[in-house]
Amino acid sequence: MFAYVLRRMAVAIPTLLLLIVLSFVLMHLAPGGPFTQERELPAQVLANLNAKYGLDQPLWRQIWNYLYGIVAHFDFGPSFVYPDRTVNQLIAEGFPVTLTYGALSFLFAVVVGVALGVVAAIRQNSFLDYLAVGISIGAQVLPNFVMAPILVLVFTLWCGLLPGGGWSFSDPRFWVMPVIALGTSYMASIARITRSSMLEVLGSNHIRTARAKGMPEHRVVIRHALKPALLPVISYLGPVFVSMITGSVVIDIYFSTGGIGKAFVDSALNRDYAVMMGVTILIGALTILFNLVVDILYAWIDPRIRY
Amino acid sequence: MVIEQEKMRSLASRLGQEEVRGRSPWTDARKRFVRNRAAMTGFVILVLVALFAIFGNGLAVWSNEDLDFEVMGQVATLGQPSLANGHYFGTDDLGRDLFARTVQATQVSLTVGVVGAAIAVIVGTLYGATAGYVGGRTDQLMMRIVDILMSIPYMFVLILLLVMFGRSITMLFLGIGLISWLDMSRIVRGQTLSLKNREFIEAARAIGVPSWRIILRHIVPNLLGVVAVYATLLVPLMILTESFISFLGLGVQEPLTSWGALISEGAGTMNYGTLWQLAFPLFFFCITLFGFFFVGDGLRDALDPRDR
Repeated sequence: MFAYVLRRMAVAIPTLLLLIVLSFVLMHLAPGGPFTQERELPAQVLANLNAKYGLDQPLWRQIWNYLYGIVAHFDFGPSFVYPDRTVNQLIAEGFPVTLTYGALSFLFAVVVGVALGVVAAIRQNSFLDYLAVGISIGAQVLPNFVMAPILVLVFTLWCGLLPGGGWSFSDPRFWVMPVIALGTSYMASIARITRSSMLEVLGSNHIRTARAKGMPEHRVVIRHALKPALLPVISYLGPVFVSMITGSVVIDIYFSTGGIGKAFVDSALNRDYAVMMGVTILIGALTILFNLVVDILYAWIDPRIRY
Repeated sequence: MVIEQEKMRSLASRLGQEEVRGRSPWTDARKRFVRNRAAMTGFVILVLVALFAIFGNGLAVWSNEDLDFEVMGQVATLGQPSLANGHYFGTDDLGRDLFARTVQATQVSLTVGVVGAAIAVIVGTLYGATAGYVGGRTDQLMMRIVDILMSIPYMFVLILLLVMFGRSITMLFLGIGLISWLDMSRIVRGQTLSLKNREFIEAARAIGVPSWRIILRHIVPNLLGVVAVYATLLVPLMILTESFISFLGLGVQEPLTSWGALISEGAGTMNYGTLWQLAFPLFFFCITLFGFFFVGDGLRDALDPRDR
């Protein structure tokens, strides 16, 4: 197990380096630098700016400095557009917000999705089952950017119950819509996956044995059926995590929550390459880390898997 | 009596033909697909949406670029859907006809979906089949590259590409195509591994058919089922990706439009009571995704009857 973790790390680190180098090279291939404006800057000013941000040095030197900054001081450098802000500051502002509603949506998707799937599987072909299947099919075509306007329409414009945007760490009313908008389609997918794998497990031999020896049904479901049924769900968690981070861009834009997605899109529109790269790298690192955690979790739940 | 005999003869000859023709797995699959009600509904929806995209402009009274100065500035009160002034779906907040815009958006979104899926199919199939067939160290290397590319947050890289190299539709195709083939190549490789030790491949190798030819002529045609199912499920994903990008304002640029761009516009203006700007693009978006998902599921069930 330990060796497996080490081996995975050995792949993860080059991947991350590749991502950094790739985005760095892309940035240099792109036509127009960060200081390209409608009114052309005087050559001397441009030269000074380039010197200040180290853009006058050879490419390998810049990459090296950038990497060194990240590895040695966890420093992503200054923002190209806001002279008094560093990328670290911009990320530190947005990240807690994204983390809060992201974690809540993740919990929402997993808990509600699994519960819905299990109930649907136990009561197969009942009203509850049809309801669960209906919800999961409907939610499949309602991605976050479709869900967000619909929620605002219903809860803010028609019912006037929830604030249509903004963020506050102390007021949960601000959390509701981002969490639902971000989590719904994954909740639906998790419900579908849980239902079908639960149905498969419930029909297997060891469940029949457990029932035959007179074990109460709730124990059969929780102790014997749920654990193997969750395996496909766990392997789905990696992609869910990635899509949720991506989806947070929409949430930040639509609900003005001020998370990390806003920093990303703002920097994309301002051509603030430093911030874009910082966010991309951070998210790449998180993704790789999370996939590792999922794989370890998988091995822990399913003792048949040996690495 | 004569007529009866005529009938019998024609019946016999028809049955004879039936017998000769036999039933291929594909015929079986088609029968199962046609019997699947959800899949057929999805198929009909898709045909209707495609017809809308192709012939919609012929029905439109207004062009998608003309501004209707009568309703401009009073879109909330005058711009609603009406048959009288030819704005079947109403107008957008500039007074452009939403029907024509929706037709255009449907064309763009479907094109992006189909082209994106096509790139994925071609690149992914060839890559996966090559890796699986060649095997060994080449396979290891090729699949490790896929692993690495998969762990990159592709949506962010796509946005990065679009920002750095200009927001053009070519760049969008390229960016979507770059990432979409990864899953496909994995699936195809797995399938190839199970195909490559079969007798007919061995026979081809024995008579000296070159590797590339075996891959193209013997492996790829046998992958068709998996590829077809996956491609059908890939089209809606491509449409979703494009809509996501366009929702953020980074996708197709005016005067072109797509479902994502229209939904974004509609979502932005719904405060003013112009709900139709959200409703119509959203309706087409949702039914098309439904259609593709149902057809994809139906195809899978039809080609893999064990799994039912």
